[in-house]
Amino acid sequence: MLRRFAVGALTLTALTTPAIAQQTVSDLVTDFTLDNGMQVVVIEDHRAPVVVQMVWYRAGSADEKPGVSGIAHFLEHLMFKGTDSFGPGKFSATVAANGGTDNAFTNYDFTAYHQRVAADRLPLMMEMEADRMTHLNLDEDAIKTERQVILEERSMRTDSNPQALFGEQTRAAQYLNHHYGIPVIGWRHEMEQLNLQEAEDFYKMYYAPNNATLVVAGDVTPDEVHKLADQYYGVIPANPDLPDRVRPQEPEQRAERRVIFKDARVAQPYVSRTYLAPERDHDDQKPAAALVMLAQLLGGGQSGYLTDKLVFEKKIATYTSAFYNDTSLDDTNFGVYAVPAPGVSLEDAEAALDDALASFIKDGVDPAALERIKMQVRASQVYDRDDVAGLAQMYGAALSQGLTVSDIQAWPEILQEVQPDDIIAAAKQVLNKDHAVTGYLMSDKEVTQ
Amino acid sequence: MIRFVLPVVLALSAFQAHAEIKIQQVTSPGGISAWLVEEHSIPFTALDMRFAGGAALDEAGKRGATYLMSGLLEEGTGDMDARDFAKAEDALAASYGYSANSDSMSISARFLSENRDEAVDLLRRSIVEPTFSEDAIARVKDQVLSGIRADAEDPSSIASSKFDALAYGDHPYATAIEGTEDSVAALTRDDLMTAKNNVLVKDRVSIAAVGDITPEQLGTLLDSLLGALPTGGAPLPQTVDLSLTPGVTIVPYDTPQAQVVWGQKGLGMEDPDFFAAYLLNTILGGGGFESRLMHEVREKRGLTYGVYSYLADRDFADLWGGSVASANDRVAESISVIRDEWARIAKDGVTEEELDSAKKYLTGAYPLRFDGNGTIASILVGMQHDNMPIDYPATRNDKVNAVTLEEINRVARERLHPDQLRFVVVGKPVGLDPVN
Repeated sequence: MLRRFAVGALTLTALTTPAIAQQTVSDLVTDFTLDNGMQVVVIEDHRAPVVVQMVWYRAGSADEKPGVSGIAHFLEHLMFKGTDSFGPGKFSATVAANGGTDNAFTNYDFTAYHQRVAADRLPLMMEMEADRMTHLNLDEDAIKTERQVILEERSMRTDSNPQALFGEQTRAAQYLNHHYGIPVIGWRHEMEQLNLQEAEDFYKMYYAPNNATLVVAGDVTPDEVHKLADQYYGVIPANPDLPDRVRPQEPEQRAERRVIFKDARVAQPYVSRTYLAPERDHDDQKPAAALVMLAQLLGGGQSGYLTDKLVFEKKIATYTSAFYNDTSLDDTNFGVYAVPAPGVSLEDAEAALDDALASFIKDGVDPAALERIKMQVRASQVYDRDDVAGLAQMYGAALSQGLTVSDIQAWPEILQEVQPDDIIAAAKQVLNKDHAVTGYLMSDKEVTQ
Repeated sequence: MIRFVLPVVLALSAFQAHAEIKIQQVTSPGGISAWLVEEHSIPFTALDMRFAGGAALDEAGKRGATYLMSGLLEEGTGDMDARDFAKAEDALAASYGYSANSDSMSISARFLSENRDEAVDLLRRSIVEPTFSEDAIARVKDQVLSGIRADAEDPSSIASSKFDALAYGDHPYATAIEGTEDSVAALTRDDLMTAKNNVLVKDRVSIAAVGDITPEQLGTLLDSLLGALPTGGAPLPQTVDLSLTPGVTIVPYDTPQAQVVWGQKGLGMEDPDFFAAYLLNTILGGGGFESRLMHEVREKRGLTYGVYSYLADRDFADLWGGSVASANDRVAESISVIRDEWARIAKDGVTEEELDSAKKYLTGAYPLRFDGNGTIASILVGMQHDNMPIDYPATRNDKVNAVTLEEINRVARERLHPDQLRFVVVGKPVGLDPVN
């Protein structure tokens, strides 16, 4: 949930990072840990006198207690309500008065705060961000007004958008036990009851240097950042009572699930299928790498296998895609969807989708297609260096989701090493309907097309 | 080779920060001009091109032709079909973007230095000799029609299309660039060829390149990429006077949260009052949490997640508008607060402190925009499209800083018209009546 803009949950492209000759992305990166346990990553780019600071807390909506869904995101809003040193609204006002921009976002596994300013403003940004890590002031008035704001946010993002409501329902069906099945923004009836005590409890439990990663990207040196980080963040004591990050895990999934969602506002029906899938794990990223390649081969734009079969050959779909969220602390999703061509039913689109998935496994991987994807992975080594703010996002998210700097830096090479057999084996394992939710988004103005 | 190179060194100073970008004007042997920023530290180039006119050049009865054409350029050229083209693009790790909007059509690309010639040649083939096969036309039409039907059920699209219809009379701005289901269904291959020849002309294009390329290399690239395009194009539309009347229009729609857009006459960059108005809008409702609208509607009352006002400086019309979304039973209060703030700032103006904060924000944020090759190329193309001088980035902050309290408050009095606002509300608002 971005605090200010109507953009969906943070997604990270699978195709990021280094591998080949010249300077690599890894060469730009330095990392270290402060004495109080706060992890620090510096990404250098000296082309312009600009810096991005991000502080990532390893606490997101999936870390919430039962019954208070949305509290992680609510707290993110409340973090702008002021401290003794910087009163209500002063945080963003100070950033703006220094020519900068700031925002924050919450996801299942993390909450992050960031500012973009001229490089010489970094000390002030650190002073303010460190200040609100432990000195936040909250009162009932702020709670009451800001709760209305998050309810309006839910209305805007979710309740006004049948696709978002559909996604919420299919995700809830996907996870039998894990809190990933609960929306980041929260269920409305629980959001309406969120209170000061719950917000403070979450803040005190999770907002501490030993539960945070600082990422600084731009026109800075690691030495400067180390010195400043020691000065501003290093003095904050670690939370000795920080709980282990143990969350309810998925049991074995044994039954196919189907979600039929009807809404008068649906103009374009579609069918989706999501499968429970393994994520990238520390020192164990190969299965995920094969799934990244599978998603690209199936759904990679105009030349993807599904588009080839359903859009070009059979003309049964207007649009298809495949996706895989590789970075996640716990079990993630692999998904495909198809927008049927005019006059084609969702049932026929689903059948064609299943046929295509089966024939992909039977036909095997087209080596030329795999080589094109690997070429793009290599090229991202060049393009990513032009966007250090994007790199900061990628490092911050991965480090908040169970990976290490060495995992991140090994990833491009692991992607290059994926073989056709690995991909087919991964497809056979993951594309199992017993682990899947099939969803139909349709208008309630008609029964079926 | 290059007829002349005019290097302009721009010192952008944000506080102590100091950014320098060297913008060169390059003219190819064939006479095509572009702005260039050389940045050899990363081996790729971002190229951005904007053709003036865009979807505003759709011929009578052919609404949606330019939009559909923009979606078909990458769908096949010569003996390559859409899939072959996509494979070739992927194999080069290049990426091309084609998009039409109401004032222009943009074509952007990024490509590696190691295969620049091949990447540019592939791009050339899509621009100069697209196939527009019947198969591809049918396929992309279905995609466009799907989008048109989705917009017809989307509250914010409904709100803006209703507002545009009220504001722009018979000007192309009054209708959606995607066209209607009927107009799109009727488009033929000939219509698309006509649209291409009307829009993609080499004497109406603004170009910028940023990255690992020299002026000489860029000159050669431009001639091979665009040399075969025609000149001329369809006549540009006339400037339109807004046909807005004050009042409230309600479009009944079953949704829990009402979507609102509003507006009045605005002013463009050519207007001597532009920078005062720009600062005024920043204080009133421009983007950040610091704006009066954000403070009054969101922070103080919790009536919305976001409320914004903006100066829409289009090529042939100027609008001062805004948007908000609130629950059906609270939207009347949101509109009332917005009206009050519009009236209060027009009557009482802003404070010295507000003006100072807005100046600090805008002048500090400006150099931070020049971040990344693709972003810089896009900014430079926008500047050329808007006829701004090549040294504009070096003088822009001075223009912001030159605005006085007296001037901004005069502009608030003269240019903001709370009694002229037209609101369009999509939803089931409670306690709000239409006013015509």
